[in-house]
Amino acid sequence: MVTTADTFQAHTEEHHHEADHKPGFFARWFMSTNHKDIGTLYLIFAIFAGVVGGAISGIMRFELKEPGIQYLGWWVEFMGGEAGFDQTLHLWNVLITAHGLIMVFFMVMPAMIGGFANWFVPLMIGAPDMAFPRMNNVSFWLTFAGFISLMLSAFVPGGTGNGAGIGWTAYAPLSTSGSPGPSVDFAIFSLHLAGAGSIMGAINFITTIFNMRAPGMTLHKMPLFVWSVLVTAFLLLLALPVLAAAITMLLTDRNFGTTFFDPMGGGDPLLYQHLFWFFGHPEVYIMILPGFGMISQIIATFSRKPVFGYLGMAYAMVAIGLVGFVVWAHHMYTVGLSVNVKMYFTAATMVIAVPTGIKIFSWIATMWGGSLTFKSPMVWALGFIFLFTVGGVTGVVLANGGIDDNLHDTYYVVAHFHYVLSLGAVTALFAGFYYWFPKMSGRMHNEFLAHLHFWVFFIGVNLIFFPMHFLGMNGMPRRYPDYTPAFELWNSVATHGYEIMGASMVIFFINIGYSLVAGKKAPANYWGEGATTLEWTLSSPPPYHQFETLPVIDDGADSHRHGGGAAPAHA
Amino acid sequence: MSTAPLQQKNRRIAILFAVVALGMLGLGYAAVPLYQMFCSVTGFGGTTQRATQGDADLASRFARSAGGTDISVRFDANVERGMPWDFAPVQVKDTVTIGQRDMAIFTARNNSDRPITGTATFNVEPEQTGAYFNKVQCFCFTEQTLQPGQQVRMPVLYYIDPAILDDENAKDVEQITLSYTFHEAEDPTS
Ligand code: HEM
Ligand SMILES: [Cu+2]
Repeated sequence: MVTTADTFQAHTEEHHHEADHKPGFFARWFMSTNHKDIGTLYLIFAIFAGVVGGAISGIMRFELKEPGIQYLGWWVEFMGGEAGFDQTLHLWNVLITAHGLIMVFFMVMPAMIGGFANWFVPLMIGAPDMAFPRMNNVSFWLTFAGFISLMLSAFVPGGTGNGAGIGWTAYAPLSTSGSPGPSVDFAIFSLHLAGAGSIMGAINFITTIFNMRAPGMTLHKMPLFVWSVLVTAFLLLLALPVLAAAITMLLTDRNFGTTFFDPMGGGDPLLYQHLFWFFGHPEVYIMILPGFGMISQIIATFSRKPVFGYLGMAYAMVAIGLVGFVVWAHHMYTVGLSVNVKMYFTAATMVIAVPTGIKIFSWIATMWGGSLTFKSPMVWALGFIFLFTVGGVTGVVLANGGIDDNLHDTYYVVAHFHYVLSLGAVTALFAGFYYWFPKMSGRMHNEFLAHLHFWVFFIGVNLIFFPMHFLGMNGMPRRYPDYTPAFELWNSVATHGYEIMGASMVIFFINIGYSLVAGKKAPANYWGEGATTLEWTLSSPPPYHQFETLPVIDDGADSHRHGGGAAPAHA
Repeated sequence: MSTAPLQQKNRRIAILFAVVALGMLGLGYAAVPLYQMFCSVTGFGGTTQRATQGDADLASRFARSAGGTDISVRFDANVERGMPWDFAPVQVKDTVTIGQRDMAIFTARNNSDRPITGTATFNVEPEQTGAYFNKVQCFCFTEQTLQPGQQVRMPVLYYIDPAILDDENAKDVEQITLSYTFHEAEDPTS
């Protein structure tokens, strides 16, 4: 099986070859049109935003270590405000809002879609770049501007104190008449910018995947990561405009006297919730689907087997995407829906568990009888499967309208979505990071540190979030900085968990620093025989311009090896 | 497969999906009138219904022939924060026969020294009874203007549709709360 792509390998060591001609520093990084450079920018940005969002959660976690208000007043003064009681509590709302928005829009999405998908979708389908390189650049800088706008919102008045204290969901009327002052406008504008960037990115991915596959790379031969990005792009395209409409209505309700969500003028605040969650539920899958894709590649690579049930895996993602649009009111069971409506949303939500289960079982079936090697990406991927499953199970519990009446807005919900996000999506991100970091940087990371990072992180995050199930079942409500002393034990355990998780991040950054300075040079295919998608046919890092002659994907019998994709001649 | 150059094909796909995105934006806005229609037709979220005298007569004839089940109705009155009105029901609770017309009286008083126009928003609890709660006359159908210090009595003429007795989810309800909140109208139309 021969792909023409490997001809590039011969050239990468020659310094002055065409394919490696790079523009100067400013043009390269600020006006970049190269999908790999833009991917790198997104990854650096996401890591930075993750540090900011993670630091904010640290402030929250330390405040919650004991009952009472300990640190918030200090932070209000630190940020230049006056620490009255109300201002202090307002800061809490600002923190949960900023944490949620940063992690969702400026960490997970930029890392998964802007970062890894930008880097590897063109490589995996044998395309020279994205379909619209310049639009790709605009997407990044819009996202960046969105982040700046959100940061600015923290320093201007938002009602009770500085900053937008409206929750990442920005429910009306708290986000309209409840929060006068420019802060909330900045926060909403930040979502407009990030949303516009993401919609452009989605169009870019769809066009790239539809039009720029190498000859022979049919849709049904695409690696599952590419499938996951394709489905994600469609979700973005269909969901984000609805969010844009909803938050634009918030803006006009706030500033121009419209009454979309104001009963006094005939509006209804519940309408906002419907619009938000019509976006919000697909959004949670937007955050996890690319992770599914990465896990599929990794499990196949380290089992040295094609993914079990390739087509089932691809269409399970399509099914998840479709069903995801008709389940939104499971976030709204307590607003007063009729029994029949709740029954429908309960049933529809449970249906999503089926394709999700297909994916989990297929990963396990892929490993079954495979020749497993437990390299760091594989260990992270296994961690993902476990943690995501825990979050999935609590999701099915919450899907029951009757049970959710009890658990809604308690820490049980916080535990649920952190198991799928901070433990699921983030674990997938680290799995992908260790899988591809040497490919992107050309330097091997340290495997021991990567394993150590995993174990410390795994222990830390479980200590943070598992006790939250107990707290929620006992009725501790979310979104408050204080609680009755009865909840102290598990809260202090969670805070210690945070310390451990924080230590694991130190290991992570040491590992990156170490590999960039002293890492061994990475060969083209450092994972060996199991790694069969097209990016492994290129040098590490790949040439600045790859696939100027399109690779031809062999129509061989085992073209589905390892999650679809082409098999290179030499490995 | 067409032979158009790649750039052109890319542009076509991009435009197609940009239109899809714009369509979704439009649908987001279309949700506003659709949602209002949906609520007033189905009584979703406790939206009450409006009925004519004729409907009311018909309902009470049905009710008499059915023998008459009683249900209790509570009245709840609020004003928006900061609005200088007193607003309260004369009688907090009433028992009516399902299908029978009944009148509830609210009093409102303007405590400020300027004329104030108010509009009232309303709904009923439990929400599934909204579809059966019919108002024939209500002060909430129009704006109300009170002169400084003026006090008025405001009537609501309503009945509960006997069809409620056929609804699985609503027939066991023994008490309905009708709630009003007065808001200061920003630019009164009269
Ligand atoms: C591991 C570090 C993390 C810690 C310690 C942490 C902690 C917290 C805490 C204490 C809250 C506030 C709970 C409340 O509402 O009272 C919260 C909310 C939230 N977190 Fe995290 N979190 C972490 C990571 C993440 C990540 C990686 C994501 C996203 C992928 C995320 C997404 C969210 C969201 C969406 C909310 C809800 C915000 C809101 O409802 O206003 N978290 N987290
Ligand atoms: Cu959901």
